[in-house]
Amino acid sequence: MTATNTETPAERAADQQDERLILDEGLGGAIRSFGRRVRVGNLGSLPVVIGLIVIWAVFQILNPSFLSPDNLVNLSLQCAAVGTIAIGVVLVLLLGQIDLSIGSVSGVASAVLGVTFAQWHWPIWLTIIAALALGAAIGLLYGLLFARFGVPSFVITLAGLLAFLGLQLWILGPNGTINLPFSSWVVQVATSMFLPPWLAYTFSGIAVLVFLGSDWLRARRRARAGLSTGSRGLMLAKAALLLVVLVAIVAYLAQDRGVGVTFLLFVMLVVITNFFLTRTRWGRAVFAVGGSVEAARRAGIKVNRIFISVFILCSAFAALGGLLSAARLTAASNSSGTGDVNLNAIAAAVIGGTSLFGGRGSAWSALLGIFVIQSISSGLTLLSLDSSVRYMVTGAVLLLAVIIDSLSRRSRASHGQA
Amino acid sequence: MTLEATAPEQTAPAREPVLSIKQISKGFGAVQALTDIEMDVYPGEVVAIVGDNGAGKSTLVKILAGVHTADSGQIFFDGRRVTIPTPAASRELGIATVFQDLALCDNLDVVSNLFLGRELGSGTLDEEQMEQQSWTLLRQLSAKIPSVRIAVASLSGGQRQTVAIARSLIGDPKIVILDEPTAALGVAQTAEVLNLVERLRERGLGVVLISHNMADVQAVADRVVVLRLGRNNGNFRVPDVSYEEIIAAITGATDNAVTRRATARPTQEVPEA
Repeated sequence: MTATNTETPAERAADQQDERLILDEGLGGAIRSFGRRVRVGNLGSLPVVIGLIVIWAVFQILNPSFLSPDNLVNLSLQCAAVGTIAIGVVLVLLLGQIDLSIGSVSGVASAVLGVTFAQWHWPIWLTIIAALALGAAIGLLYGLLFARFGVPSFVITLAGLLAFLGLQLWILGPNGTINLPFSSWVVQVATSMFLPPWLAYTFSGIAVLVFLGSDWLRARRRARAGLSTGSRGLMLAKAALLLVVLVAIVAYLAQDRGVGVTFLLFVMLVVITNFFLTRTRWGRAVFAVGGSVEAARRAGIKVNRIFISVFILCSAFAALGGLLSAARLTAASNSSGTGDVNLNAIAAAVIGGTSLFGGRGSAWSALLGIFVIQSISSGLTLLSLDSSVRYMVTGAVLLLAVIIDSLSRRSRASHGQA
Repeated sequence: MTLEATAPEQTAPAREPVLSIKQISKGFGAVQALTDIEMDVYPGEVVAIVGDNGAGKSTLVKILAGVHTADSGQIFFDGRRVTIPTPAASRELGIATVFQDLALCDNLDVVSNLFLGRELGSGTLDEEQMEQQSWTLLRQLSAKIPSVRIAVASLSGGQRQTVAIARSLIGDPKIVILDEPTAALGVAQTAEVLNLVERLRERGLGVVLISHNMADVQAVADRVVVLRLGRNNGNFRVPDVSYEEIIAAITGATDNAVTRRATARPTQEVPEA
């Protein structure tokens, strides 16, 4: 029911006693309160979900094989590498900063993989650790430069873009391309390892149980603290919807090869990052610094540590993305991480709904945004259109996303919710 | 919670200052913002710092809050000599500062702002505990905030001030510093904040109040410390001092713009203490 609060305050939970509150109860109320949020400009991930549906519908009409299981499995595999890089970009954007060197850092990581694994025959775990550590070290360098000298991250990472492209070429040496043995574990994982359907269903079930369990525990803690708990029906409806969606996705993809291990890794990284952003002190500090550096500093948050930790994570995610990409392409070359990798990762984060202005966004925008970008890319490839069109369309979508971000920001400001 | 936790003991007049600063100086480049500033704050006492624009009030506050460090001089807290290198150090000592610009994160909700930098919960955040304590605290302050889960950006100026003051009370401070707490407030909200200041005093907290508003100062302060051009220029007990004397100390002259206006328009009564 939408009703202003007419009961006596003592009967209500501690957070619903104010008589000015508009209370939305039950399923219908949830929909109404969602509509109200959208009208004042708290769009969240709504534009990108609508955009994704439109894009899929258009490509499906133009080419009926677009939504085939085969193509969607390919799409999911293509998402993993750049999507992983985009998670790091989300973190940097939440601070209101930018990292332009993610492509080069991912290229360096793939070069390290090529040289140490294929040429020097290091064990694979040592190679992966070395590449990730190098990525983290690069992030540490950025963070220290930013915190120590206050150079804008735009400039630091622009310098990094050039410098680490050079490092990548230097590591690869004169040949420029190092092929990874196709039979190696890392290539197998990235190209042809898929979850068997029973395991994928099990994971879906676990995910729904965890989702429902955390909702239920939260409701119980809120009830114990004397706060409103929300409707139990809504909680169950959300869990049921999630179950249906996950099972439908798994069943559909299982008609082809199924859910790729690298895609699962990417989704799990998104979930873990989201958990750290929303449920820990560090995550709260990231949002606070993104909202107001000075306020965060005066609240006693060690702002420089937050900046450094985020730059480290961003570069480490970029390195991991580079490894995934090299493993999928079975080669490290001097073109790894160049071209559109950089801009696709940044565009994915922004298209997914993370604000360029800092303090607003979510790890899920990496997932949604990279879906949009790879869907465009995949759809245009199916239509036999070359990369010239792809660049133009992706550019237009990015522009649209930034315009939506700016418009919703202005709308929030005019509704007093900047 | 916070308000009850501090024992409401009204200590005897012969007591140690909880905060004592001696010969604090601070320069910014060629500008000497503060020179040899002295000030004591006793428990259960409201000390008003007044002064013209540029007198060094904000610089002094920022030194106590750990935003700036003093070039020279000593700070004693509870009789111990201390240094305040960071905002966190200031809060650990028990100094809570409410800045004039409030220093709230607009994109975070009320609960997040109240507990920013001192969130509850081990490992993960205990949102429920924080939300419940937020309500308890805001009700104690008779705050009129409809929901603690809305972004601070959507609150009015007075509500934001209330959130900022409430935030200063989380963590049991011994000293609360309020920088122009009533500057942006309406009549009723100003009265609320002044009531709140008196409640803090009753709890035995030392309150440092920076204000341009002499009516507020004379309404709640026990003592007035006047700064002029970065130096001490008077330390009065409020019952013993008149409005004109404070203005004279602030401007550095008995013949000043304020008194000339008062004589030119004799119908306008000067507020009495």
